[in-house]
Amino acid sequence: MLYREAGQFKTTYGADQQIFPILQDRLFVLAVIAAAVLVVPLFATQYLYTEILIPFLILSLAAIGLNILVGYCGQVSLGTGGFMAVGAYAAYNLGLRVPELNNLVIVFLFGGLMSAAVGILFGLPSLRIKGFYLAVATLASQFFLDWLFARVKWLTNYTPSGSVAVGETSAFGWKIDTPAERYLFILAFVVVATVVAKNLVRGHIGRSWMAIRDMDIAAEIIGFRPLRTKLSAFAVSSFFIGIAGAMWGFLRLGSWEPLAFDINRSFQILFMVIIGGLGSLLGSFLGAAFIVLTPILLNQMPGWLGVGMSTALISHLEFMVFGAMIIFFLIVEPHGLARLWSIAKEKLRLWPFPH
Amino acid sequence: MGLRKLALMGAAVVAAGIATSATAQGPNEQFIPGLIYRTGAYAPNGIPFANGVADYYALINERDGGINGVKIVYEECDTGYATDRGVECYERLKNKGPTGAAYVNPLSTGITFALTEKAPIDKIPVISMGYGRSESRDGSVFQWNFPLLGTYWSAADIIMQHIALKEGGFDKLKGKKIVLVYHDSPYGKEPIALLEKRAKMHGFTFTPMPVTHPGVEQKATWLQIRQNRPDYVLLWGWGVMNSTSIKEAAAVGFPREKLFGVWWSGAEPDVRPAEGGAKGYHAAMLQHGAGQFGVHADLKKYLYDKGKGVAKWDETDEVLYNRGLVNAMLGVESIRTAMKKFGNKPMTGEQVRWGIEHLDLSAARLKELGFEGMLQPLKVTCSDHEGTRAGRIQQWDGAKWVVVSDWYQSDDKVIKPMVDAAAKKYAAEKKLPVRDCSKES
Repeated sequence: MLYREAGQFKTTYGADQQIFPILQDRLFVLAVIAAAVLVVPLFATQYLYTEILIPFLILSLAAIGLNILVGYCGQVSLGTGGFMAVGAYAAYNLGLRVPELNNLVIVFLFGGLMSAAVGILFGLPSLRIKGFYLAVATLASQFFLDWLFARVKWLTNYTPSGSVAVGETSAFGWKIDTPAERYLFILAFVVVATVVAKNLVRGHIGRSWMAIRDMDIAAEIIGFRPLRTKLSAFAVSSFFIGIAGAMWGFLRLGSWEPLAFDINRSFQILFMVIIGGLGSLLGSFLGAAFIVLTPILLNQMPGWLGVGMSTALISHLEFMVFGAMIIFFLIVEPHGLARLWSIAKEKLRLWPFPH
Repeated sequence: MGLRKLALMGAAVVAAGIATSATAQGPNEQFIPGLIYRTGAYAPNGIPFANGVADYYALINERDGGINGVKIVYEECDTGYATDRGVECYERLKNKGPTGAAYVNPLSTGITFALTEKAPIDKIPVISMGYGRSESRDGSVFQWNFPLLGTYWSAADIIMQHIALKEGGFDKLKGKKIVLVYHDSPYGKEPIALLEKRAKMHGFTFTPMPVTHPGVEQKATWLQIRQNRPDYVLLWGWGVMNSTSIKEAAAVGFPREKLFGVWWSGAEPDVRPAEGGAKGYHAAMLQHGAGQFGVHADLKKYLYDKGKGVAKWDETDEVLYNRGLVNAMLGVESIRTAMKKFGNKPMTGEQVRWGIEHLDLSAARLKELGFEGMLQPLKVTCSDHEGTRAGRIQQWDGAKWVVVSDWYQSDDKVIKPMVDAAAKKYAAEKKLPVRDCSKES
């Protein structure tokens, strides 16, 4: 009843082609962003910021990046952790070696650009190999980058243990050190990046990616160049992932070693994309929320319910229930959580008079 | 109507939550978080350690009624040795209890690195007993870090001294080949700097060989060792990696007598899976070894006879269980030291930091605590957050650990300049203020 677009007439092309053609959607998204900016800081505790919201936002950004590549362009990648590492170490080295540029916005964008360059390099095999074989090729990039950051001492500024720590974090004179400031800074980045990603995927670039995904030979015949299209997907995807990696290092960890960006990180983000929904930006957020929050919730649940359990049992239960939930969601909706959401929307439009 | 009811119920739940959290904060409790792991690849080593820690706190509560009457409230959180989960555990626990966490034992070098950044902001000291950042013993820069009993640089130095003694002096090491098989993480990389320096000083060739987490795949590494035929191999592993290394050494026929583990590679779970293959293997000792000491009598009387112990009684003489006891004892004694200055009430992290920095355990006091024979006297100061730099070497005879060496002191002539340089670099990179320790009381 509430969610119905009857009476909303589009009189211009602009109105017809906007991101959210339905008024209710527009209002809802604006309300969510307003709540995230204005309401959350009113009650959020430090724990909520540093362990829930910040990891959720950063990994959402990484999932958006991977979703562009896997969901929109159909190129399976297992190198996400490596590309995040490139972003983090590039940002670290720029901030360390050129102190005049030690501005979070600049170093993050630099991290993203470096990651995009590396992404293009490792995207080259995608022109020849496809599907699972490409996944294996990108796996090589993961291991190579892991090795690079563990072995090339210059990149970690010759620290004996190979672990680097960032110093002051500030942007344009704004010192970003409290959890609330970090959260707002990351939120701003993620909102802007999401808008950019949305406009990319619904414009001609995104359409060329989807054409390649659906059938690359047909796409080539109607005039898309596979080289440019695939590499642009790798570049844009790695750019977002690189920024997410830099944020993960600077604003989430503060000090990290290559292990923070190992193969498990790649899998984690790939699962976010698969569970959230391939080819859906909303799915990236839902998937990140599911993968980040569920284990933490499950781990604390016995404590909240007042059930006395040993620490080991809680951890084992966490693994079992989490695994069962993943299987459950994939059986119920193989197209991901985003698909569940769009089914709900379809039903809401008819409610309360389904036919 | 339904909505209103829901809102009321929600409000009631929130109110009840606030009320319980208020009553839970009893006035006379000291909260101590436990970042441990009873699951994952490192669980075989994590479990006995966690048991020792839990039992010692329980003993203090049962026997003494707490620390000077202040009950210890201890809560575990399973990190699985993962840095991000460890940080999550820390954030979850750090504000519990009336005064927040007294201190934190990260029990992972990676988590120690992450918490080092947070400690000065949260004002919670980090006790990384026998692990963590080697340069963090410099208290003038690392005010909140306490790598008590020894850093990895000390450990590597003690092992090198033992090898030199066996060879007949450091000058005899010239031309020898020494390999380090290490866990490819900050933990495993820590000793490399010291070993490289020693290699330069004495003219032996030093080759580090990384093993990736969790360390069950080491065939290639040991094949290389078989080809290179090094004179000695040092092992910096943890959990399942240790037993795998020892098994591989046996498989390629590398003499186990010439294989030296760090103190995290020298416990029962490391050698037992290798069965006969581990016989002769050496490991450094973080002062204490296996066996039962004075404190065990109290553990039996107050906990195990009443069925309150966490472990099995015949596991309480194992190396890592004892290490858990030592770790908890140092924390409790630090709180006690702090109470001498600030009064017998729950201490804040800042007060405990002062307590650790002024921790002074004499031989007599150690005997009183039941730790005689496990530890040497230690004294922590502003400039020395390590407290003591002593260690011994033990050998696995196929059934038990036997102490085979006298006490060694790591050579501060070698280590101190490295610590100073690394700490200074860290302070410069992070733009940290440096304390003047000569002015501290």
